Amino acid sequence: MSDRIATLREALSELCGRGGRRIQLMEVCGTHTVSIFRSGIRALLPENLRLVSGPGCPVCVTAQRHIDAAIELATQPGVILATYGDMMRVPGRSGSLEKLRGTGAAIHVINSAEKALELARANPDRAVVFLGVGFETTAPATAAVVLRAAEEGIENFTVLMCHKLVIPAMQALLEAGDVPLDGFLAPGHVSVIIGTAAYEPVAREYGRPVVVAGFEPQQVLTALVALVKQVVEQQAAVENVYTAVVSAAGNTVARELMDRVFVPEDTAWRELGVIPASGLALRSEHRRFDALRRFGLELGNDADHPLCQCGEVITGKAEPSECPAFGDECTPLNPIGPCMVSSEGTCAAWFKYNRPAVGTGGTR
Amino acid sequence: MRGVVQVQPTGGWNGGHTVTVTSAAKRTHDRIVVAHGGGGELMGRLIRDHLLEPLRNETLAGLTDGAVLPWSSDDVVFTTDSYVVTPIEFPGGDIGRIAVAGTVNDLCVMGAEPVALSLGLILEEGLALETLDRVMGSIRATADEAGVQVVTGDTKVIERRSDGESGLFINTAGVGRRLPNTRLGLERVAAGDVVLINGRIAEHGLAVMSVREGIEFDTKLGSDAAPLNGLVRTILDSGVNVKFMRDATRGGIAGVFADVAETAGLSVEVDEQAIPLSTTARHAAEMLGLDPLTIANEGKLVLVVAAEDADRALGLCRSHVLGKEAAIIGRVTDAQPALVELLTTAGGKRVVQRPYGEDLPRIC
Repeated sequence: MSDRIATLREALSELCGRGGRRIQLMEVCGTHTVSIFRSGIRALLPENLRLVSGPGCPVCVTAQRHIDAAIELATQPGVILATYGDMMRVPGRSGSLEKLRGTGAAIHVINSAEKALELARANPDRAVVFLGVGFETTAPATAAVVLRAAEEGIENFTVLMCHKLVIPAMQALLEAGDVPLDGFLAPGHVSVIIGTAAYEPVAREYGRPVVVAGFEPQQVLTALVALVKQVVEQQAAVENVYTAVVSAAGNTVARELMDRVFVPEDTAWRELGVIPASGLALRSEHRRFDALRRFGLELGNDADHPLCQCGEVITGKAEPSECPAFGDECTPLNPIGPCMVSSEGTCAAWFKYNRPAVGTGGTR
Repeated sequence: MRGVVQVQPTGGWNGGHTVTVTSAAKRTHDRIVVAHGGGGELMGRLIRDHLLEPLRNETLAGLTDGAVLPWSSDDVVFTTDSYVVTPIEFPGGDIGRIAVAGTVNDLCVMGAEPVALSLGLILEEGLALETLDRVMGSIRATADEAGVQVVTGDTKVIERRSDGESGLFINTAGVGRRLPNTRLGLERVAAGDVVLINGRIAEHGLAVMSVREGIEFDTKLGSDAAPLNGLVRTILDSGVNVKFMRDATRGGIAGVFADVAETAGLSVEVDEQAIPLSTTARHAAEMLGLDPLTIANEGKLVLVVAAEDADRALGLCRSHVLGKEAAIIGRVTDAQPALVELLTTAGGKRVVQRPYGEDLPRIC
């Protein structure tokens, strides 16, 4: 253990001791969740400091109706569905994209939006549908390919819009007030795009400190110290410990690109329901690239697995171990909910990195 | 199985067809066509000019249906592995290098000296002959490095399956002579044993992924693919009490640790700080959201040795060119339940498990 980390740990326990009461912070992003587990930080936290996972894993927050729509699109004749790999195993009402591909459906795993457009160029006689998932990190890339498709006149390309915005979800959580939250550990990746200034309303209107951090253990500990310090001193400011990468203004070019192509719209989140202006829709001049519109489909309802508690997990209401399916019906090999599917999912992180309860034996 | 080993492949490289050399023997194709697999003159030329030429040796020159290998009374170790990596070529290696190194490594971790390899090639229509030539050159070079010959082979051509780059698949089987008095196996592992690795982890998987994802890193990451039989021989010949060895390929070193915990029923305590990992690899893994412990290697050996021989084993590793950065990274304990636990750099502890499938880079 480095001296720096030892110092941070000491500072954290001193501050938590000074705070006295239980302090509950939310790490918004799935990457933080995984980092906190993988680095063993979770095991080091003072007793009265609790971290809860938030709605920042793009796979986990995608409502089942969007998965169902993707499955329905992939079964349309002549369609090639292009998706990020994480989405393949998320269960919908009737199986997953992975299972559908096993039956012969044309589903391609891609790693960039650009690859989806390449598929459309290479297959002019097929209709390529890109499953546009992710927060402000991936949305600019989707915007860029829509513009490119428009410029090049690639009409066999559409997007199933599932993109989401981080800030409205944080606000919705605070509005609902179901979970006592003392502050937010805010994600580095998204903040590169939206900038630290985007969190000001959360700090100002809801009186909660927000600290933006990278994903290295030292970054996370530095941010936790900063957060607890603010909580103890009853401050509510936006702080940035990831200054090498994140600025106050963020990436204005990427945001302008999003603005040119998208408008905010109400969208459904898993468990959180429909949150006003928390999703992105294509602007009217680009609406012909909307997959639902092109294929005359509408989003249905969600019918999540009755045991699945993913919704509670991503809103900080429950820990994975409190879910009746965790580790039994629901494992990474046979997930019933998205939090167990995604490499960023809270349930997957718990399952992978936590010591099993005594008696379960083996390495699971 | 003792005495003479006769390898009898179905459809050997002469395939029962006469290889006719005509005056038009100059290169008429620069890509593989289906007729290259048809057993006619075109196939004969492919085999003679592109496959036999780079591999040239006495056993192959006979163009018999199978290779005859003289054998002593030692135990024979026999293994097979198939290679389907995409892209075919990546920083630090290609499919040919891992096809030879992988099978040689499977033999040597069994305590065998590799004697001969078979080479089964499946070429996809459209494959550039130049690519094939480079791969064949790499097969020869790697085999020379390992001091082993390709003594029999087979070639098939399959029709083009998609618009992407044409593939090349390889199967290599290998036979080796087990070194006398070598006893290696998980049943020999005991509490107190020490775990070593011969160098930096995760570089093969990251090198392949960087090409696949189109990501460039500040410092070039290259595959570590290498035949390890020389290193293994150095260690075994010294008489060091090696209990068990395994090359940490898919599943990374986490997979090997899990093998120990699951099969030997013992715990493994691993020190994260001691694991050799370059800064570039650490950052690359972090960026892709992957755990370096679960990322594939093609030239890394996990050794479990008796505690009293640990320092000697370490010295022997470091004396070899493929073990310069060897390190003692953990120890076997009898803690129950049997788990792999990582003492993290941040001073925490977490469980290490084998990955559940292929770890996919994250979306956000």
